[in-house]
Amino acid sequence: MSRSGPVKGLLVAVVASVAAVAGAQFHQHRHQRLPIVAGPAVARVASLSEYGEGLARTMADTKVFFLQGAEPGGSALIMAGTHANEIDALLSALIFVENAVVEKGTLIVIPQLNHSASVYTRPGDGCPLFYGIETPWGTKVFRFGDRGASPLDQWPDPDVYVHYPDAQLLSFLDARNTNRSWPGRPDGLLTERVTAAVMRLLAEERVDIALDLHGAETMFPVTNCIVAPERSMRIATMASMTVTAMEGFENHVEPSPKGFRGLSHREIGDHSDTAPFLLEAPFPFLDQPTGPKTRDLLMTGRDPFLLSLAGQQKLFVPYDESGWPIEKRVGQHCSVALEIINQFSRKRADRAIRISEVPRYADLVRNGVGFYFHDPSKADPARVHLD
Amino acid sequence: MPLVMIVYYVICLFIAGMLVWNFAREKDDRQMMLLYLVVLVPLVLRLLRIN
Repeated sequence: MSRSGPVKGLLVAVVASVAAVAGAQFHQHRHQRLPIVAGPAVARVASLSEYGEGLARTMADTKVFFLQGAEPGGSALIMAGTHANEIDALLSALIFVENAVVEKGTLIVIPQLNHSASVYTRPGDGCPLFYGIETPWGTKVFRFGDRGASPLDQWPDPDVYVHYPDAQLLSFLDARNTNRSWPGRPDGLLTERVTAAVMRLLAEERVDIALDLHGAETMFPVTNCIVAPERSMRIATMASMTVTAMEGFENHVEPSPKGFRGLSHREIGDHSDTAPFLLEAPFPFLDQPTGPKTRDLLMTGRDPFLLSLAGQQKLFVPYDESGWPIEKRVGQHCSVALEIINQFSRKRADRAIRISEVPRYADLVRNGVGFYFHDPSKADPARVHLD
Repeated sequence: MPLVMIVYYVICLFIAGMLVWNFAREKDDRQMMLLYLVVLVPLVLRLLRIN
């Protein structure tokens, strides 16, 4: 054996141990599935690949829940997980899936639209791989995902992302962002195949309104709001005014810019008969000037640096020592989504959608988010779906 | 898997092979030995499709 042999052996052992520990954690994150208990209204659970063959047997394939009413009516789609690190969207969508009773019409929910992003991490940002929501029956564990699809599923990134079909030049990062890939194409990038499949779902299921749930930085002006194009503006305005007046939280409407392509609130409206809405709730975890990206920050939204910035009027939302807890953020999403569906149903009685048993803002602030999740170990196994 | 992705995996494998080769040839400099191994980690995780 050479003189350096023992040193090399030791170094290989140390580095291999570190790689094995990290690799095991990454592997668990990529392959752990989220149990979703289908609520009383769930009549069918499909895969998105049924609307886009190019997604079959890929990590981008995801579950689609159809909540059917007893009476025929209109159809609404709720999408979450467009950005898998904006967790309030997923939690809100699951509250609909596990609790909603649909009396009229159809509600379709896609909890993890960019499924590939939900099995990826935020390298270098020190973000947690998992987070837990306390429930009456224990802690429900969720994967913490990323903004874009995993490079294991779509790689390499181009130098410049050329949007289809408008040929607008966008950041290379946005090639893996499903909120820059609308309306998509069936044979395009993986993210384009996801949005193309949803466009086909919108047409085949005659979806009247589509709600895309997000979270936004408190230092970003497009937060605490509904982003709506021209055709959705009236309903968005009525919904925003109603929740602001009746439920005690601030909300406003932002017009969808015509010149910024690839976003759901722009392209769905331009390429289908569906009226799109993008909902933003304040999500302090995304802000850059915060302390460590801990699970506590994820849940409470409390951060001393943001508090200091709030004192200097640098934030676009009210912010105090209580932060922006998850109950408020999810509550806002649930209330705004319900109110948009309500306002649409008032405007289009022939296509009305009536939903009950979904908590609103005050219910979530009072009871917490976990109160509305059901124990998969006690549920009928046929009603538990792994996503 | 698209062709370009396969090409990138081949490049990845080539670089990983070069690092292993250089690690094997290094006789004295322990810092360089460690450096080769640390740089190798993300390439191995990618080749094994872990991250």
